[in-house]
Amino acid sequence: MLAFIGRRLLIAIPTVILISVFVFALQKLLPGDPVLVMAGEERDPAVLEYLREQYRLNDPIPVQYMIWVGNALQGDLGISLRTNQPVLALIAQKLPVTLQLAVMALVIAVVIGVPAGVLSAYKKGTWIDWLANVAALSGLSVPNFWLGIMLILLVSVKLGWLPASGYQPFSDDPLQSIRTMLMPAFVLGTGIAATLMRHTRSAMLSVLKSDYIRTARAKGLAEHVVLIKHALRNALVPIVTVTTLLFGELLAGAVLTEQIFTIPGFGKLVVDAVFNRDYAVVQGIVLCTGIAFIFMNLLADVAYRILNPRMRDK
Amino acid sequence: MSTLTTDPRRTAAEVLPQRQSRIWRKFRANRAALLGGVIVGFFVLIALLAPLLPIPAPTATDWGAVRKAPSAAHWFGTDEIGRDVLSRMVWGGQASLMAGVVSVAIAVFLGVPLGILAGYLRGWTDAAISRVTEAMLAAPFLILAIALAAFLGPSLTNAMIAIGLSAMPIFIRLARAQTMAVMTEDYVESARAVGLRHGPMIWRYILPNIFPPILVQATLTIATAIIAEASLSFLGLGQQPPAPSWGSMLNVAKNFLEQAPWMALYPGAAIFLVVLGFNLLGDGLRDALDPRDH
Repeated sequence: MLAFIGRRLLIAIPTVILISVFVFALQKLLPGDPVLVMAGEERDPAVLEYLREQYRLNDPIPVQYMIWVGNALQGDLGISLRTNQPVLALIAQKLPVTLQLAVMALVIAVVIGVPAGVLSAYKKGTWIDWLANVAALSGLSVPNFWLGIMLILLVSVKLGWLPASGYQPFSDDPLQSIRTMLMPAFVLGTGIAATLMRHTRSAMLSVLKSDYIRTARAKGLAEHVVLIKHALRNALVPIVTVTTLLFGELLAGAVLTEQIFTIPGFGKLVVDAVFNRDYAVVQGIVLCTGIAFIFMNLLADVAYRILNPRMRDK
Repeated sequence: MSTLTTDPRRTAAEVLPQRQSRIWRKFRANRAALLGGVIVGFFVLIALLAPLLPIPAPTATDWGAVRKAPSAAHWFGTDEIGRDVLSRMVWGGQASLMAGVVSVAIAVFLGVPLGILAGYLRGWTDAAISRVTEAMLAAPFLILAIALAAFLGPSLTNAMIAIGLSAMPIFIRLARAQTMAVMTEDYVESARAVGLRHGPMIWRYILPNIFPPILVQATLTIATAIIAEASLSFLGLGQQPPAPSWGSMLNVAKNFLEQAPWMALYPGAAIFLVVLGFNLLGDGLRDALDPRDH
């Protein structure tokens, strides 16, 4: 397994390098002179030249890239223009908020999506299957920011059950924190639940056709045992892999969800950075999410091998 | 697909119309797909007929009718500066549909040739294109689109470019995989054996055979692109005011939820319906074009 992880890490290196080139290129493709942005009102040529020298902007582009990569490898992703804080510190500060949202959304998605997929496959061709499919397709088609707005209107404004916005750190008051995060997590989890339901249904349908399921039934096992212990356990392999790969979707969904519910997380950081032309932060975020995504891909591969003994033996 | 050439007694001219009519029959039998087609057709028609419809101009303000609830005069109510919500939705639909189609066209026209090139030439070309694709796929779709839109500057055109570029890797991957699969077919081997050059080979044998899955993916990606454009416009990175788009209408509407909920209800429902339509259509096309069922 270690050799496998090592090989996968080696394959990931060119991808990480390319992501870094892409992120660096974003800054270079930007129209206008970055020195003018840094200098603000100052237009003295001597000052501008000093800034160019200080930030080594007169160096050839490959040299500038190497310096940038060297700094990034030491955890220096630059300084936020808006808050004057190191970009990495900003990301580290906002990430736990988004992680809490993502974990809660994923729990909701699994609790809804997997049983719905199992039931839909088991009752294939019946109204239950039809209903589950319609719900899944609707979940995939509904823009989560609209769902968020509608839920705020119904649950917070009309019924007054849950707060419409805000954030309470989990460590301060776990119950209140969960209560505040429940609606955003549901909004974020809907699309993921729909994807999970479709994958679970498809995996279950293929497993339910297998010989060992027929054997299990022939042995006289109770239907729920066949379904949960024999079918779902085997169908779990692709489901777990897909769940790991849904990380990107969760992160992207969080951008909009956090914006609607005013949650001070990673997504809100991206949007604020974009509007304040805080390019170092935007670059840092794209780089970090890219690397995290590669890591999640690796995790999916490892999970697949752990869960699937046939792959382990290869 | 291989039936095209494996049966020497039948020419492609005989087989193709039969296959097309079988696909059409299968598609017609799928009621969900037809419903998707009707929904999409309805929205496209409304968007195209926008200039002819008896509705006020989408930017015309009426300070005497600010945030008015739906009525006979304004079927979907008015917004915070007295503009007709229905009119803005109709014109906004034009922007949203155009964004969906144009951004997917960008993704297809850039991605498919690159994918074919990678799958056809293999070797270093494939390795280089594949690594770049992987790097682009590593950033989540919307985050990549937001970053690109941020660097390009907020406008509908830039949003379409950003979405198109972000969706491109999906088409590179698909075209590459399909090309590699087609390359193993007997008819490609035969064409190679008779010394057909690369250009005609790709144009006559590869492209027509990889087209069906690309069409399915394009239909489904239009749905994703419409949501992405609405998301960018919602964040203020797409269509700029006063021009309407469903996403930007929702962005304003969220500030008036208690006073004017209709401002949020209708544009969101329109996005939902049109995306549902494209998803149903895409699913139906996939089922109809699936060669395993033939």
